[in-house]
Amino acid sequence: MHVSEWLPLVIPAIAAVAARPLAERLPPRTATWLLAISSVILAAASCGVLGLLALAAAVRIPYVDAAAGMSIRAVNSSDPGSVPLGILAGALLAAAATAAVRAVWLRTTALMAAHQHTRRLPRAGVLTGAAEAVVVQDDGVDAYTVPGWPSRIVVTSGMLAALNPAEREVLLAHERAHAGSCHYIFTAVARLAAAANPLLIPLASAIGFCVERWADERAAAAAGSRPLAARTIAKAALAAASAPAARSHYAVLLGALPRPARARGPGVVPRRVAALLGPPPRLRLVLLVLAVALVAIAGLSALDAAGDLHAMIETAQSAA
Amino acid sequence: MHDYDDQGAGSSRRAAGELEAAALAVLQASGSALTPGQVLDRLGGGLAYTTVVTILSRLHAKGVLTRLRSGRAYSYAPVADEPGLAARRMRGVLDAEADREAVLTRFVSELSPADENLLRRMLAQPDSSG
Repeated sequence: MHVSEWLPLVIPAIAAVAARPLAERLPPRTATWLLAISSVILAAASCGVLGLLALAAAVRIPYVDAAAGMSIRAVNSSDPGSVPLGILAGALLAAAATAAVRAVWLRTTALMAAHQHTRRLPRAGVLTGAAEAVVVQDDGVDAYTVPGWPSRIVVTSGMLAALNPAEREVLLAHERAHAGSCHYIFTAVARLAAAANPLLIPLASAIGFCVERWADERAAAAAGSRPLAARTIAKAALAAASAPAARSHYAVLLGALPRPARARGPGVVPRRVAALLGPPPRLRLVLLVLAVALVAIAGLSALDAAGDLHAMIETAQSAA
Repeated sequence: MHDYDDQGAGSSRRAAGELEAAALAVLQASGSALTPGQVLDRLGGGLAYTTVVTILSRLHAKGVLTRLRSGRAYSYAPVADEPGLAARRMRGVLDAEADREAVLTRFVSELSPADENLLRRMLAQPDSSG
């Protein structure tokens, strides 16, 4: 294997380790974009290299060479990939493709279901910016945004009762930020990439955290007070813990994704509260540049590997 | 992109929407029908009585509130939880979807016991009481 072949397979592992520190250090909006674009590039690069390894092994089969008009002698003299490695890569690529198709299918059906049911919701008449809010009579404490056209904000009466008017505004501003900035697209993209390459699961989790932080900062800006936003989240989370809304499963941000071990440090809500109580996030150019460089190396390596294989095939074809 | 800082032509419409949300929240929380005067008391914030009447009648026109005559005025209550029923039905269907949790963005996710303690300590800090 050449450097250009293994780099795109190794860099996602580095990104997996770097995702959470980046998510906590960069401004949430920047971090969300960075991690989402990185997920796509890294998933594409790693799947691309798997395909190249499988192809490089395939050209060692005389029948394939004959069919493609290539000289087997030229192929063998150019040191193509090993056959066992190629079979392994092909199997991994097939698994990645299956998982990606399944992820697209699941996400699309879930979005369609959400859309159809939000359409059937009566107009609650509570226009709140980009999304309409629906108040559910439920003593359980819960609030969420259902993506759709338009997105809908659902708030339980238990949640409203747990908060004072200023805190309700923070809650609505937070949910409006989710709806208005289409955060579900970022989480969907992250999940698709993580399905294709499970090494990217930590990036998907980090993106889930980043969109919450993004909405938190927008809510704090709308309320004009970061401590107020922090207190609202803490109050709502404690109220929700003592009076959870009825539902079949109560998962964190990206439910069905395998969760990183909870033992490591505080959970998502305390980290969000702590971030709001600390200084406002500022752009750290060095971190950003390092992250972009790492992802660019993975992408360019995969392109380089593809160029090499293409050149080898052309040589073998002209030698036939 | 819908920015909050984007206080342009839409701001008065949004303000009306927020008032409707606030009025509906007051009625949802109260549990009994309220007159515009009572809603005004609970909303606070220096609103005019006529504004509250306008908001409530608009919500009534949209089918969100029912109204009953009480003396010379009307009193208002949320419609027999029709939006609530529909939203609950929606949640039931989404519960069946494997991808539901990833589709919804929830305001607060679950807490571990350690998280709860941490949050209580954070709330107790004087600088976090805003």
